[in-house]
Amino acid sequence: MTDYRQKYQMTPVIGWLLRDRGGMILLSILIAASILIPVGNLIVPEGSALHVPTWMMSLLGKYLCYALLALSVDLIWGFCGILSLGHGAFFALGGYAMGMYLMRQIGDRGVYGNPELPDFMVFLNWTELPWYWFGFDMFWFAIVMAMFVPGLLAFVFGFLAFRSRVTGVYLSIITQAMTYALLLAFFRNDMGFGGNNGLTDFKDLLGFSLQSDSTRASLFVASAVMLGICYILARCITNSRLGKVLIAIRDAESRVRFTGYRVEYYKLFVFTVSAVMAGIAGSLYVPQVGIINPGEFAPALSIEIVIWVAVGGRGTLYGAVLGAFIVNYAKTFFTGVMPEFWLFFLGGLFIAVTLLLPKGVIGAVPAFGSPDRQSVLAGLRKRISNGRANQGGKA
Amino acid sequence: MNKKLQALMGAGALAWSAMTLSTAQAADTIKVGVLHSLSGTMAISETTLKDTVLMLVDDLNKNGGLLGKQVEAVVVDPASDWPLFAEKARELIEKDKVDVVFGCWTSVSRKSVLPVFEELNSMLFYPVQYEGEESSRNVFYTGAAPNQQAIPAVDYLMSEDGGAAERIVLLGTDYVYPRTTNKILRSYLNGKGISDADIMENYTPFGHSDWQSIVADVKAFASTGKKTAVVSTINGDANVPFYKELANQGIKAEDIPVVAFSVGEEELAGIDTKPLVGHLAAWNYFQSVESDANAAFIKKWHAFIGDDARVTNDPMEATYIGFSMWKQAVEQAGTTDVDAVRQAMYGQKVANLTGGTAVMNTNHHLSKPVLIGEVQDDGQFDTVWETEGTVVGDAWSDFLPESAKLTADWTYPWVCGNCEKPMY
Amino acid sequence: MRIVMTAVLTAVRPRFVWRISVPGLIAVCAICAVIATTMPHPAHAFSDEELRNVTEKLNVKSATKKIKAIDAMAADGDPRVAPILNAMLEGNLFVRDSDEHVVIGAKKGKVWSHIDIVSGEIVGESSSKELSKIKVNNRLRGALRDALAALNLFSKDIVVRTAAVEQVMDARDPSMLPLLDRAIEREEDPTLLARMELAQATMALAAGETPKQRMAAIDVLASETTPQIRAVLSQFVASAEAEGYEPEVIAAAKGALKSVEGRLSMWQTLGDVYRGISLGSVLLLAAVGLAITFGVMGVINMAHGEMIMIGAYTTFVVQQVFASIFPSGSPWSLMIAVPAAFVVAGLVGIVIERCVIRFLYGRPLETLLATWGVSLVLQQAIRSLFGATNQQVMAPDFMSGALELSNGLVLTYNRLWIILFSLIVVGGIAIVLRYTAFGLQMRAVTQNRRMAGSVGIRTGYVDALTFGLGSGIAGIAGVALSQISNVSPNLGQTYIIDSFMVVVFGGVGNLWGTVLGAFSLGIVNKFLEPVAGAVLAKIFVLIALILFIQKRPKGLFALKGRAVEA
Repeated sequence: MTDYRQKYQMTPVIGWLLRDRGGMILLSILIAASILIPVGNLIVPEGSALHVPTWMMSLLGKYLCYALLALSVDLIWGFCGILSLGHGAFFALGGYAMGMYLMRQIGDRGVYGNPELPDFMVFLNWTELPWYWFGFDMFWFAIVMAMFVPGLLAFVFGFLAFRSRVTGVYLSIITQAMTYALLLAFFRNDMGFGGNNGLTDFKDLLGFSLQSDSTRASLFVASAVMLGICYILARCITNSRLGKVLIAIRDAESRVRFTGYRVEYYKLFVFTVSAVMAGIAGSLYVPQVGIINPGEFAPALSIEIVIWVAVGGRGTLYGAVLGAFIVNYAKTFFTGVMPEFWLFFLGGLFIAVTLLLPKGVIGAVPAFGSPDRQSVLAGLRKRISNGRANQGGKA
Repeated sequence: MNKKLQALMGAGALAWSAMTLSTAQAADTIKVGVLHSLSGTMAISETTLKDTVLMLVDDLNKNGGLLGKQVEAVVVDPASDWPLFAEKARELIEKDKVDVVFGCWTSVSRKSVLPVFEELNSMLFYPVQYEGEESSRNVFYTGAAPNQQAIPAVDYLMSEDGGAAERIVLLGTDYVYPRTTNKILRSYLNGKGISDADIMENYTPFGHSDWQSIVADVKAFASTGKKTAVVSTINGDANVPFYKELANQGIKAEDIPVVAFSVGEEELAGIDTKPLVGHLAAWNYFQSVESDANAAFIKKWHAFIGDDARVTNDPMEATYIGFSMWKQAVEQAGTTDVDAVRQAMYGQKVANLTGGTAVMNTNHHLSKPVLIGEVQDDGQFDTVWETEGTVVGDAWSDFLPESAKLTADWTYPWVCGNCEKPMY
Repeated sequence: MRIVMTAVLTAVRPRFVWRISVPGLIAVCAICAVIATTMPHPAHAFSDEELRNVTEKLNVKSATKKIKAIDAMAADGDPRVAPILNAMLEGNLFVRDSDEHVVIGAKKGKVWSHIDIVSGEIVGESSSKELSKIKVNNRLRGALRDALAALNLFSKDIVVRTAAVEQVMDARDPSMLPLLDRAIEREEDPTLLARMELAQATMALAAGETPKQRMAAIDVLASETTPQIRAVLSQFVASAEAEGYEPEVIAAAKGALKSVEGRLSMWQTLGDVYRGISLGSVLLLAAVGLAITFGVMGVINMAHGEMIMIGAYTTFVVQQVFASIFPSGSPWSLMIAVPAAFVVAGLVGIVIERCVIRFLYGRPLETLLATWGVSLVLQQAIRSLFGATNQQVMAPDFMSGALELSNGLVLTYNRLWIILFSLIVVGGIAIVLRYTAFGLQMRAVTQNRRMAGSVGIRTGYVDALTFGLGSGIAGIAGVALSQISNVSPNLGQTYIIDSFMVVVFGGVGNLWGTVLGAFSLGIVNKFLEPVAGAVLAKIFVLIALILFIQKRPKGLFALKGRAVEA
């Protein structure tokens, strides 16, 4: 016992990072990708087999943002049992903060040539910038807001919900109500966020044209680096004492409370951190896809994020990253190859993963998953019997 | 562990090769991208347009193809997801190397793909009526601009034949097309002596399904004795519940006519139109128009889709005109090179299905006739009014002060989409 | 004589009198001169030849000329004119291409019979190509209805007469007054007489020449409560002030207006309540199946919306089959569609339960994932089978139209039926749960599965049937929703979020909570809507819901006991 404690106190972060096999693989891939892909795109000549076309780089950059988003959901769902069906809201708010900066950067290059107001405001006959747009001409302010606004919303929402001990599906449904309400609110043209069309027609970021390959490459690298940093941060949280409490809350919330922990503060902390991560993901996402609109608030998207995590493997962090890549790649692939039938595959994938791979894809790889190295079929058999046995308690 | 790592890397390599593998087999075909949602909320409207493009490609190939080559349609599904539109557009252009793209329905999807088309200098044909206020070098707009749909429609409503309306209700879904159209209409109506007190404006969310209160409000607004008419820019899914409520609350077209800009034959196919006879729509095309070209088009469509009950509509005609113009321009230019084809597009002429000729103008909008039709009990429209000759599509509305001063002209000396003076 | 002539002339189509050209005027006057002596019931004012000639005048392009012809036809009160005008109104009046004669067309299959306008006999047959329709537009339809109303004021059939009076009242045309006066003299039915006098008063107010006449009209109007009367009075007040009428008349009109407005606003509130209840009943129908699959079984059933969609598509298929077998009986197809939708959606539910959900009991969050996949597959399956476009589900006659209360409140029949239907469905479920052996077993299994199993209940079987029941009820909801909404592959997505909100608001696992939740959300929404607009109203409701859950974390009616904690 003392041994372990000593180890924890003495081993720096690097120590347990090295022992986190999945994490090491993920970080190595991220480092490799952030070197090779920009090189492949910018330096390797077109026509070479190793050339990375721009569309693929921006696609992968987009996946990285989704992976970061999935990571943030896994942090709260996999480690604290908070199933948020509204995480898309934090993602979108981060995206809007970045989008507002990019809108201000357009300056007088908009179609109506107004140096101060974005096109849609000129169009709505607004004569001056609303107060909540002030400051967004500064990059640092936008970045701070991309983290602060989702964090604040999560803090207020979490404070109310966790204090009143709203848990389980009730929490899931009200997070969904939150993102739905925001969807409707941002959808209104009178809100001053561009209504249904959202913010678009971006020109440049920090003076660099968003359409140049080098800017894209930089954004890709930034996304990869940010995903790496957030991964390490999340791993720090889950490996710390606080992380242990979180896991305990996930497994038996009442017992933790009765032991004397203020469960709501732990939950509030991790929920807010997760929302900030989602906000960062959103702010990286927007310059790469070139548009942010209320569609990102759609409850369906938030449900999909949870599905990425489940497909990859809940409670592993790197599983969430893998899941985001698998599902989104499947989506890209099937919408192109069999546009008429891809929903069958995607739907089938979700059903199959739930039934056959209860621990997600990562759980099927024996090294990462169940220690007893059971085969997939054996796992299913066990699940059926478990399911029967488990039916004792009410869900 | 090593094995696993190998397996993992193997899987990665497989995915990589699948991604990079372009459909390189048929290099000597001309590729046409089709970017219409086949799933999600917009599938209901866009699937038809995908089929239309496939039919036109099929037809073209049967007649010997283009420039001696076969034409190949590359269909993708952007799934009514706006960022996915941009991703798929980039994929079509960069990976599949298509020569032209036919696609988009909603304004937001067009706004989403616009930077991609401009960056990669490709060509998009956009076949749906829209709010105007845009002219891109890389987009040809074959649907109606507001002055080709909205303005003639209110003119008709205020005319003696249309019932001499003195109060107007503007109902719309809350997004940019209805907002813009209504803004233009309000300014136009004010100019015609209809004061703001006689205009009621109301916006609802997408897919709004409970119209009880709003229809009741319209009824109350109309009860003052002045002749009232409704201008509807309600989009897509929300129309069926709206018209059902209208019919059930007994609003007759003679009392309060409703003129719609987003309701065509396809939308009416989901409604029993007997109680709606007389309500109006303004379009550039109706299936019911009798002409040889239209009859042939409908016949071809029925044969292609294998269902005689399927209707045709205005965006289909716009797709047809766009496709035919592109074909002619390619033939004229002798290449599918975007810059050459663009130059050849200007002044290109194609016979409308409803008679007359559509002409592509240098602002990338068409000159087309405007028709106003009344709903019939069989779900078709009966043309009750049409413009004499064609109307030139305006990229920038004359009725909005900030856009009235802008000009779109992509030929020398202007060469720009939103300028106050020529570039050269 | 001159007075009668102008009265008749103006009575028929007064709005267009000023447009009638001089020769036309002479022609009409001539007709009037003939009929003035024979009014009001000339048997055959036109000779056959005249009728034919005057009808042929409809064969012109200009709407104005057509209206002139209609006025000329109706002016005379010839009973043979009404069927012709009716045919024109319905788009069944044609010009035969072969001889340019106007005939009434009657469609039998693909063949059109030509009916002679004078004799009413069939005089030929052809395909639709040899007939060109005499086009009508809204303006002409209005003119036709007014003309028919004038003709029908003296009809022998009281129903026709009533409709005519309502039409005359809507037209609010002072120059119809003399005609109405004559109709009042002859009217014997007291209810209709009262309506006629009201119509008379609305017109008399504007046309009245002495203060006494005006005061009398105001008296009659003051006791009425309709938006039309309010409009009449407010217009009168405005014009009275502008023209400087007697102060007592103005005061009386203002008083009458105030009392009408007061009563109307009360009815307006009642209307909001009704609309709220109606929205609530739709929410209830959509949510009640979920109250079973989610509330009782704990399955986060994201495929619930698709069960509703399957119900709606079943309705569509049943109608198609019905229409092809017994075209006459199709109004009843909805009756058949209810059990059919229950069975189809229920069976799909049972299949889903057996193939997917039974492996996931006790892990509600994983059911979310799997059922989301199921919902994607079902949506695409329907899209592949039926196509992406809307399907048309017909409304039976008893569900079309509305009950128009005279105070301006409109209760549409389809919504009345849906309110009733939702209550029947909820009552049915309550009975099944409370009084049947299956209900007992179901409650036993959900409360304590092992105990239920050990007393001999086949728990797996009960699970499948419970999920089937929930899905089947969603299917029934689909039948009702097909009457007010789109029947498209996206139908389910529209209702899924609202359904979850309702169930959670009411309290998971409590049927009455769902009922109360649905109606209160509906009513709150409808009261906010006129104030804040449809979008903001919905946002406020969502925020209120979030805050409410803070106050009562387990919904309106929380389950008590240990089961809650699990």
